[in-house]
Amino acid sequence: MNISQSFRLAVKSLATSKMRALLTMLGIIIGVAAVIIITSLGNGMQNYMNDQFESMGSNLVQVQIYGRGMGSSRTIEPEDMYALAEKYPDYISGVTPYVTAQAKVRQGTEEYERTSLYGVGESFLGEQGSTMRGETLATGRFLKFVDVDRFQNVCVIGAYLAQNAFSGDPLGQTISIGGMPYTVVGVLDTVADLSEGSGDDIIYIPYTSALRLNGMADANFYMFTSTTRDTASAAKGIIENRLYQTFQSSDYYFVMTSAEMMDAMDSMVNTLMMILILIAAISLLVGGIGIMNIMLVSVTERTREIGIRKSLGAKGKDIRSQFIIEAGTTSAIGGAIGIVLGIIMANVLTNVIAFALNTTNNGFVAVPTIGGIAVSFGVSVGIGILFGYLPANKAARLNPIDALRYE
Amino acid sequence: MEHLIELKDVYKIYQMGTETVHALDGINLTIDEGEFVAIVGQSGSGKSTAMNIIGCLDVPTSGTYHLGGVDVSTMDDDQQAEIRNKMLGFIFQQYNLIPKLNVQENVELPLLYAGIPADERHERAIRSLERVGLADKRKNLPNQLSGGQQQRVSIARALAGNPSVILADEPTGALDSRTGREVLGFLRKLNEEGDTVVLITHDNSIAVKAKRIVRLQDGQIIYDGDASDPRAVVQPTLSGEEEEDIPPGVFHSEEGQA
Repeated sequence: MNISQSFRLAVKSLATSKMRALLTMLGIIIGVAAVIIITSLGNGMQNYMNDQFESMGSNLVQVQIYGRGMGSSRTIEPEDMYALAEKYPDYISGVTPYVTAQAKVRQGTEEYERTSLYGVGESFLGEQGSTMRGETLATGRFLKFVDVDRFQNVCVIGAYLAQNAFSGDPLGQTISIGGMPYTVVGVLDTVADLSEGSGDDIIYIPYTSALRLNGMADANFYMFTSTTRDTASAAKGIIENRLYQTFQSSDYYFVMTSAEMMDAMDSMVNTLMMILILIAAISLLVGGIGIMNIMLVSVTERTREIGIRKSLGAKGKDIRSQFIIEAGTTSAIGGAIGIVLGIIMANVLTNVIAFALNTTNNGFVAVPTIGGIAVSFGVSVGIGILFGYLPANKAARLNPIDALRYE
Repeated sequence: MEHLIELKDVYKIYQMGTETVHALDGINLTIDEGEFVAIVGQSGSGKSTAMNIIGCLDVPTSGTYHLGGVDVSTMDDDQQAEIRNKMLGFIFQQYNLIPKLNVQENVELPLLYAGIPADERHERAIRSLERVGLADKRKNLPNQLSGGQQQRVSIARALAGNPSVILADEPTGALDSRTGREVLGFLRKLNEEGDTVVLITHDNSIAVKAKRIVRLQDGQIIYDGDASDPRAVVQPTLSGEEEEDIPPGVFHSEEGQA
């Protein structure tokens, strides 16, 4: 009936005392902005991780072997894993050991301390021409079976090294790894931003050479690719069976598909997000109490107005809805300000994080979700109505005679 | 014929701590359509309580009150609000306009609560403002108007709902005597045009502008009759209490000492 007038009155009374309105809404503004920032960051994080997984290939199965310790006869050798791939070609399309090597990388007088060094097999490069981590070759060739078989000192390097260590012409040249000269046979395309320590600062060598560098007998990490995304969990089962045969216990290895890893990461981010949102919700609660407080003051200040309205025929519900609309409007405006502030802050944070991570392309973008915006706006209006109810009810129950006499 | 206002054996009894106060002590009063009645009395006479009950702002402790043939003495708050909205137009001493609303919005308030659509509301409010000669001020805020103009706005507001009774509570109390006379003249004009006006006042000189005077004392009616009757304005003496003679100069000497 008089919703539009109540709404206009609410806006008018907010506009006449801007400072008070701002302070009233502050709790809601902060709470909503916090929720928007948190959901934006969480959403951005999930998008970022999903992109990373997507580029690695969603049919990846990673195998971590802890083993039964030194001297145990129960070990898994690369041949055992290769045999699996041969035995189940319908499920497993590729397998390679994946050895993180610890060795000094040197070219000329320059030492590359942040360079990642991995030992892999020739099937690390899939049939589509990209590696299991999603890299593609720019020039030269990838590692071959013969390189692995003969412990050849050859390597494939990332774009950062090609540019910095060899000024763009690395093929056939050598780089020192663990004191041994390795011939560069291939260069990868740029995947990150060509900076030190990024995805472009990487070297692949034959896993046999990497094991030797590490002084290890067997690889403890393997990467499998399933034939399709859908066969990933079947491939996982096959691998687990084989590992169980050897170790007779599931405590000595861990097999995980990309999808599972993605799910695990997603749920981790979600859990974190929920905790943070709960904390932000405390601010919304405090904001609601702030609104209630000011509404109670407002009811007292406007006792006479309430009396006048009642004498002119306003019923309890008319007065109640007027004050509830006013509280709802206050918190809705606060919520809208909070949303705008949150989106601005999310953008600022995107740039800050991009700067901190030193990534400019395919980087992290905090994207506000429509759902997050809708929910936080709805919640802020709801809080206004909820916390406006008590003062509104107090107003509605005022005795018109006393209210008219109130000075 | 049915009376517009009919109070029968109306008592209003308050409990003030251990004391029982009979604000209205058995009132019988009827007012017919088209009358102009002044309810007069000193403070504490019960006239405010009478006005609250006639105005459906309060209910009697006992007795019945029929307004327009309907028993309103047992109604709940919301039912009373509806009666106030439909049948009564209030004019208060302090004008009681809402400062944040402009003149037209103030006049529209009773129509708003009656659920009348916006177009008709605007139209009736403007017509009502025209009757008090303030249509050109309709976009002004109340505090941009003089006291007399504000009181005319409140009269327009009282008229807007087309009430059966106009209830004016000390309508000239906050005005200078010239504008007070104007407002009273206005109430007379309304009465001549057919409206029923009930005026509540403590002031005999204002009460005599009405056609009929009802004088209250200690919660009882001590005179009810034509305003031109000399008895209507006789100030009743307080029974058993004589005014003490205060020796002249007492207050002055005290002030001098201070």
